[in-house]
Amino acid sequence: MKMRLIVTLVGATILLTLASLWMGQQAYSWFPPEASAESKLIDDLFSFLVALGTFIFLGVTGTLAYSVLFYRAGRYDYSDGPPIEGNVTLEIVWTAIPIALVIWIAGYSYQVYEQMDVRGPMEMVHLHMPETMPAAYAQPLETGGLPSAEIAVQAKQWAWIFHYPGPGGQDVTSTELHLPVDHRIKLALTSDDVLHGFYVPAFRLKQDIIPNKTIDFEFTPTRIGTYRLRDSQYSGTYFAAMQADVVVESPVDYQAWLADASSRVPSPAYNRASFEYNRSAEQSVVRGWATVPPAPPPVVNYAPKQAPDSPPA
Amino acid sequence: MANIPVEALSGNRAQPYPGAPDNWKRFFSFSTDHKVIGIQYIVTSFVFFLVGGLFAMIIRGELITPEANLVDRTLYNAMFTMHGSVMLFLWSFPVLVGLANYLVPLMIGARDMAFPRLNAAAFWMVPVVGILMMSSFFVPGGPSQSGWWAYPPVSLQNPTGTLINGQVLWLLAVAISGVSSIMGAVNFVSTIFKLRAPGMTFFKMPVFVWTVLAAQIIQLFGLPALTAGAVMLLLDITTGTSFFRPESGGNPVLYQHFFWFYSHPAVYVLALPVFGVFSEILPVYARKPLFGYRVVAVSSLIITGLSAIVWVHHMYASGTPGWMRMLFMFTTMSISVPTGIKIFAWTATIFGGKLRLDTPMLFALAGVVNFVFAGITGIMLGSVPVDIHVNNTYFVVGHFHYVVYGTIVFGIYAAIYHWFPKMTGRMYYEGLGKVHFWLTWIGTTLNFLPMHPVGLMGMPRRVASYDPEFAFWNVLASLGGFLLGLSTLPFILNMVSSWIQGEQASHNPWRAIGLEWLIASPPPVENFEQLPIVVSEPYGYGKDEPLVSNLAELSESPE
Repeated sequence: MKMRLIVTLVGATILLTLASLWMGQQAYSWFPPEASAESKLIDDLFSFLVALGTFIFLGVTGTLAYSVLFYRAGRYDYSDGPPIEGNVTLEIVWTAIPIALVIWIAGYSYQVYEQMDVRGPMEMVHLHMPETMPAAYAQPLETGGLPSAEIAVQAKQWAWIFHYPGPGGQDVTSTELHLPVDHRIKLALTSDDVLHGFYVPAFRLKQDIIPNKTIDFEFTPTRIGTYRLRDSQYSGTYFAAMQADVVVESPVDYQAWLADASSRVPSPAYNRASFEYNRSAEQSVVRGWATVPPAPPPVVNYAPKQAPDSPPA
Repeated sequence: MANIPVEALSGNRAQPYPGAPDNWKRFFSFSTDHKVIGIQYIVTSFVFFLVGGLFAMIIRGELITPEANLVDRTLYNAMFTMHGSVMLFLWSFPVLVGLANYLVPLMIGARDMAFPRLNAAAFWMVPVVGILMMSSFFVPGGPSQSGWWAYPPVSLQNPTGTLINGQVLWLLAVAISGVSSIMGAVNFVSTIFKLRAPGMTFFKMPVFVWTVLAAQIIQLFGLPALTAGAVMLLLDITTGTSFFRPESGGNPVLYQHFFWFYSHPAVYVLALPVFGVFSEILPVYARKPLFGYRVVAVSSLIITGLSAIVWVHHMYASGTPGWMRMLFMFTTMSISVPTGIKIFAWTATIFGGKLRLDTPMLFALAGVVNFVFAGITGIMLGSVPVDIHVNNTYFVVGHFHYVVYGTIVFGIYAAIYHWFPKMTGRMYYEGLGKVHFWLTWIGTTLNFLPMHPVGLMGMPRRVASYDPEFAFWNVLASLGGFLLGLSTLPFILNMVSSWIQGEQASHNPWRAIGLEWLIASPPPVENFEQLPIVVSEPYGYGKDEPLVSNLAELSESPE
């Protein structure tokens, strides 16, 4: 009897482990493409959590399901079950294991966070562990002869404007965020009015933008392509329309784009909030409640005239 | 109290005391009977549950297609703001206060709450909150559109420029709701400390009472912070102060601290009594004692303590410095230890029992399963690097709907079915109950599970329009949402028809152990003519020991 119990438990554990490992592998396919160095770290951590979570979920629900299937009272059986009130050993075990797991998960998350190092040095207070992790810089900033200056990100209701230092020191503006691949990017995030959130799902990165404050934010794009930037902190009426394209390109293309943009004469870019607002102002029958009017379409050097068109993830 | 015969099975269901308003009109009066107030809370809040559900179905109707084409964006924003506000302040909080109001005095052997008039006053503030919230639909500019967090500066923007606007009414409603809840909390804590029956020591109290105590202590320490934040925001809007107004030097992030210092623990104000409900119901329908009763009871208070030091996990992306992110990640994850203890204890309780899958048991079991899932996604959200990706996405929306709907609403349904015979003296219809359960569980899964993958893909919450790549999961979620709307119909039908003409219930139809099951269904006014003298721990299933030493005096009424 004892032997049979042990065999059953070992068998169940092996099955659960296999199922959990499989789910952990599936987890990678639930994300958009991995387009930054940080996204790889986060996906690995998430996969680990999915595997662990699957084990716990199946373990608990499997036991519940087993009870529901095999411990049903007979139709006329009104007797009680065995009066087991507890088991100290078992209770200590199921307190100790979660404590160990919490320390493990939190420690792993801490290491990943240290490696990401996404906040600028002004904000970051390092609590170094004995072994510090090397940051996930793909390459030092200065390589490729690229300007190491920051790109300023200006958010407002409801538009994104990106400011690049031009070749002659002038302010080159765009409503599309162009980034050189495999370089550490330093953004300075500012907001003109309310809270916004800088969120590029393909980079797995997000940072709220706070008025009256400049927030440094850094990361390393690693995959050429066009991705979507979304506002992630609710910012009012046209919040959902506040999107932009992020174009990650080779350093050569990036330089060419910057040179081209700096030579263009500023013109109004497409802006969905303003477009919709003007359209609804013309309607007389069905109108919503009063709203903060959107800023006019931003007048920028590089001004796409159509909606963001990054491909689906 | 005069000598009143306690007639458990009399044909007349009216509460038999001289001169009492013995009909349905008592539910529309300023009654001080905790049982009347409990039912007043439950029914009132259920009406608002339907209102909030209607808002949710408008939201899901808009989101069934990617474009913003069903309602105007301002209306959509008002819908999700009011959905969240109504569901929390007018459904989840009051319905659980109602259950606690009904059950706590019965379970500890008290004749009423410690302050019956305060109790009634706290209840009658709920309709005032509801009227204020609903009236905001009729003021210029419409209801608040800043989300239920009301984060400044968006909540400070007042496009109509009028003083009486949706946001001001919202803040007044929230402040009044806070006062009502604090009054309730004082009452519950006093009642549990001072009015326990002879012999009812803390470690003889049912776990539901422990969890209500743990939850109401949170109200006492947490609500002042939210109320202060709401008052400061109100001053910023109406009188031009600048606590949170960035253009004149205020700090909008400070509000987030005030808000979450209460509003995260608030989740435990809701979840703890539901954990209590699970702990009550599982032993009854498994015919086994609650596994590790003392540890389960004490773990509630550990949750109370930890809940006060985790609020910044809502603000990982809010310009929070790295050290603070790490600190709150550790505290947040540690909550999984006491909640894990509860989950394992429930699992061990039903293991090897003699299970009967009546509707309350089905809701309780499914609630536990949903809660395990929500707990796992909760740990994922607690991990800073993962949260940096999924913060403010539908992954979070899916997670907390598994908590507030999958766990808390399931627990509430389980409790209503389980104690329905006690409250009304009638049995509900088991068949309708099972239909309700399956519709609810399928609807919940279809509605909230797809929110997780779509959140991982990067769909932000609170959007009225989205990219077509998210459409598939949103269609599923919307179908689930409409199914959940539908699922309330068999419930309402069951409750109304059973209360009117259901089969008479005995004083203890579930053969449950507990003081409330020793007296008539429904209990007489003032519950216990003779106070019970408690001699055993709760949940003595299979032990054949008496719960009270004066059973004969309690149930001298004709059976």
